[in-house]
Amino acid sequence: MANVHIAVQTQDFNLANEIKELKADVPEVGALVTFTGLVRDFHLDMKVSGLFLEHYPGMTEKVLAETVAVASQRWPLISVRLVHRVGELEPGDQIVFVGVSSAHRGDAFAACEYLIDTLKTSAPFWKKERSKSGSRWVDAKLSDNNRAKRWKN
Amino acid sequence: MIKIVYFSRLREQLGIDQEQLEIPASGYKVADLQNLLIERNAACQKAFSNHALLVAVNHQMADVNTLIKPGDEVGIFPPVTGG
Repeated sequence: MANVHIAVQTQDFNLANEIKELKADVPEVGALVTFTGLVRDFHLDMKVSGLFLEHYPGMTEKVLAETVAVASQRWPLISVRLVHRVGELEPGDQIVFVGVSSAHRGDAFAACEYLIDTLKTSAPFWKKERSKSGSRWVDAKLSDNNRAKRWKN
Repeated sequence: MIKIVYFSRLREQLGIDQEQLEIPASGYKVADLQNLLIERNAACQKAFSNHALLVAVNHQMADVNTLIKPGDEVGIFPPVTGG
């Protein structure tokens, strides 16, 4: 079983620290792949001034742990770090971090992509966007579901 | 008694984030709860008739046939949009 860190938090995360933790004196690590999601300042044709992120405490952590467990069985991973922020965020803010280390890059790339694709369609988070015309809940995207489905076979 | 928790757009439509409800001791399914919630009043009918709504029982995704028993926590919410 990989070394796993999962956090749902309001505070920002530090990319350098996350990478340092993923390396953490494990000499068999040959590949380290990370994904960082940022808050965009547009959605469709609308200018976004900020984001509110809500989640289902208890269930979120459970779903994330299960997703990491599935990834660890599918690929030989050494470390997995998953951080998701909640609360009020502004354009340019870091919102999610997925970091994976493995002996080889193929496994690390695949696992990292699997984790973010699956997180986006199964972890109970919801975004509400603020703009000049008010705020609105973001609708789920078919393209996200299609990306997640690619991993089902 | 079960605890129902609501999130996101559904929470705002209902104006509450949770409630307690009495249910039969056995044989009660998610579909039964959905029918009960929809038939409560016009506002509930509107909010709960959304076919995209998802249901979790004790933090595990459920479907219409999942059994609910007293003491369970049921989460009802729109499709997720994190990441």
